[in-house]
Amino acid sequence: MPLAKRIIPCLDVDNGRVVKGVQFENIRDAGDPVEVARRYNEQGADEITFLDITASHQERDTTLHTVERMASEVFIPLTVGGGVRTVSDIRNLLNAGADKVSINTAAVFNPEFVGEAADRFGSQCIVVAIDAKRVSGPGEPERWEIFTHGGRKPTGLDAVAWAKKMEDLGAGEILLTSMDQDGVKSGYDLGVTRAISDTLHIPVIASGGVGNLQHLADGVLQGGADAVLAASIFHFGEYSIAEAKAYMAERGIEMRL
Amino acid sequence: MSNNVAVIDYGMGNLHSVAKALEHVGALKVEVTSDQATILAADRVVLPGVGAIRDCVSELRQLELDQTVLSLVNELPLLGICVGMQMLFEHSEENQGVDTLGLFPGQVRYFGDQLQEADGSRLKVPHMGWNQVTQTIDHPIWHRIEQDARFYFVHSYYASPEKSGQTAGRCHYGVDFAAAMIRDNVFATQFHPEKSHTNGLQLLRNFLAWDGRW
Repeated sequence: MPLAKRIIPCLDVDNGRVVKGVQFENIRDAGDPVEVARRYNEQGADEITFLDITASHQERDTTLHTVERMASEVFIPLTVGGGVRTVSDIRNLLNAGADKVSINTAAVFNPEFVGEAADRFGSQCIVVAIDAKRVSGPGEPERWEIFTHGGRKPTGLDAVAWAKKMEDLGAGEILLTSMDQDGVKSGYDLGVTRAISDTLHIPVIASGGVGNLQHLADGVLQGGADAVLAASIFHFGEYSIAEAKAYMAERGIEMRL
Repeated sequence: MSNNVAVIDYGMGNLHSVAKALEHVGALKVEVTSDQATILAADRVVLPGVGAIRDCVSELRQLELDQTVLSLVNELPLLGICVGMQMLFEHSEENQGVDTLGLFPGQVRYFGDQLQEADGSRLKVPHMGWNQVTQTIDHPIWHRIEQDARFYFVHSYYASPEKSGQTAGRCHYGVDFAAAMIRDNVFATQFHPEKSHTNGLQLLRNFLAWDGRW
């Protein structure tokens, strides 16, 4: 009776609306977050991830309110990320109804924040989001680096070593987004997914680049991911969560059907 | 049956989910409280738990709610969830070892960094996600929930009871462990019913209908 692999639809939320861009640009409106989450819940999503991409701090209250509404209607785990920088950011999100929070940029600038967060709230609710980009050329040994600011700023940090460090500091899970792939629909970067999943003891969520159902299955079968995250293939009705689960189960992956 | 539920608040964070889920399945009133009198005046009580067990137990003791919880045995239907179940055992390996409330004889152990399935495949810790629960007894709390239904788990430590008769549900992740415990009017789950969609909501509905007997 193995643990099921998870499908996690991701809602990128800007100022109270679900949006989805291609490589972080060309934003398209995809609806009210609570409506969208409720639909995914009914279709059998295993979790929901809510990424607040609102630039301004003034909109933070909108986010908390949306999280609150979502948590009152959707009874599956909810991860919230985007601009999480302080212990009080985490407390506010958990109190609003988030089950886990995702820390991204703040971890890069202050790794100890991850340790502090895990000590305070428990590793089970601390997800570290990593944006990785392949930096090795053709023929060179594969290497990926951490990028910030939506993939624009390199940090010089090796992605695999960084992920390991986050685990050691107390992260309970890694949300790995491959920036080259994000939004371009050619599949996850399976190389970095496999490298990190094999190195770590904690679960790894693959993200970035899903264009079809085979990409989801490949994330698990070839990338070794414990969960697969996707946005646009679900938002715009190309596939339902149920179709995705049936497909993955046919490929021999343990799913909650 | 009137259905006022007290969710015990000992300062460890997100109790919103369990309160909202209970309201969703028909609880008349849900009070998230650390007040002993309010807890004892409720029709039923939920002991949630999240985070490190040392902090959970020490907060509970500081508020003198450990004795309140123990005094509920044979009084009110009580549902323990996750660390709320683990705290009802005698001892946990977490945080260099913590003595817990001792309602269920047995230990809470670490899954370990080298957890494997019998076929040698490596398992990640925490055990995070949807796993199957085998109901080992017939109980009103399992009413209308299919055998081997999946529930949402997230934990790095697992309960290993001494008395097999107190296990209400079993799960397997590298090792067999107790997914649900039963004693008198106390039912406790390692998984999170409030996060387990249809099956979890049904379990909470069953808890609201349970008179504490079986």
